[in-house]
Amino acid sequence: MNIKVLGTGCARCKSLEQATRSAVKEMGIEVEIEKEEDIVKIMGYGVMHTPALVINEKIALSGRVPSVAELKEVITKYLS
Amino acid sequence: MDKSLNLKRNIWLPLLILPLWYLVYRYLQTMSDWLIDTAFNMKPGQHLTEALRFFIFEVPKVLMLLALIIFFVGIIRSYFSAENTRKMLEGKSTFAGNVLASLLGIVTPFCSCSAIPLFLGFVESGVPLGVTFSFLIAAPMINEVAVVLLFGLFGWKVALIYVVTGLLIAIIAGYIIGRLKLEHWVQDWVYKTKLGKSAEEEEKLKISERLRFGYEAVREIVGKVWIYVIIGIAVGAGAHGYIPQDFMASLMGSSNWYSVPLSILIGVPLYSNAAGIVPIVSVLIEKGASLGTSLAFMMAVIGLSLPEMIILKKVLKLPLILTFIGIVASGIMIVGYLFNFIF
Repeated sequence: MNIKVLGTGCARCKSLEQATRSAVKEMGIEVEIEKEEDIVKIMGYGVMHTPALVINEKIALSGRVPSVAELKEVITKYLS
Repeated sequence: MDKSLNLKRNIWLPLLILPLWYLVYRYLQTMSDWLIDTAFNMKPGQHLTEALRFFIFEVPKVLMLLALIIFFVGIIRSYFSAENTRKMLEGKSTFAGNVLASLLGIVTPFCSCSAIPLFLGFVESGVPLGVTFSFLIAAPMINEVAVVLLFGLFGWKVALIYVVTGLLIAIIAGYIIGRLKLEHWVQDWVYKTKLGKSAEEEEKLKISERLRFGYEAVREIVGKVWIYVIIGIAVGAGAHGYIPQDFMASLMGSSNWYSVPLSILIGVPLYSNAAGIVPIVSVLIEKGASLGTSLAFMMAVIGLSLPEMIILKKVLKLPLILTFIGIVASGIMIVGYLFNFIF
């Protein structure tokens, strides 16, 4: 399983990365979390609104920073 | 916690909070007066008393207005995504497209850090360059924080003037940029980049989930700007009591012909968000600055920010950025002179 945080390095992108890390830690699962800052690659996912969250190459979220609790729901949903 | 329980709470919570909000807001002036006159027992009419009275009343008022409006804006925005906006703008002719893009710029969620992906997404899916610019001008300039602060500190007329003139600038500037056919000044790699097919599925959201967007927006935006509101109003309160009337009249008054371009020149490199700048401008006006000059100053600070230009440098060549700044600044200048002339 692989989670990518897409964002060009703005404050909201960093908070999404942090929230994702805490969510994964609280869930106690083994996941690789990457930060994707290359705009061309970000566009490759068809995302127009950063920050975005890509789980197993699928866009799970874009344009917002949800709470850790909601992130856990989202991650669980895309895991199954 | 059980998810459905959580979502239900999203619905009945506002029903409880709204009447409470109204009561507090209604009696805010009474409460702050009581605090100053009775609890602190301060002499009315003195500089310190009036400065503190201004501060104690304005800070909760503006923060409460912000929270309320941003909550509803958050809900409204859950109906508009960047993807939908793009679809609506694809293949639109000029002018009609410029108008639509400027209007959508107000309601589509936007932050300057997502300007690049938005620009690429628009341009590559065939939205004309000028229409894209209309969006990029309206989105940061007419934002909810600016409108709420203008409404709270100046009243609805000035807020409306700001929104309408901001829209006009976005429409006309975008239209001109489109007419000039400046596509060759877009960085070469932009048109070569392949836009991935958006895999994001549009799901129908329940109303309770949209309410959650509202809460999120309040938490995120008020969490970010509250400190600027307090600092801005504190500076305003200080000036309110201590700087003499008509202090700004010579520099920023309407009789001074160069006040408008000067305030734009100062405003562009000044990087502040609306929350910090509007309370200060409210004091400038009180001290004799004219409405047109102040409007121009605010628009330059909020709408044309240097950091955003630096971000845009990745996708636009320098001449296009300069043209963009030049056209928008001219628009702001016309607005400034117009309102100095009318009032």
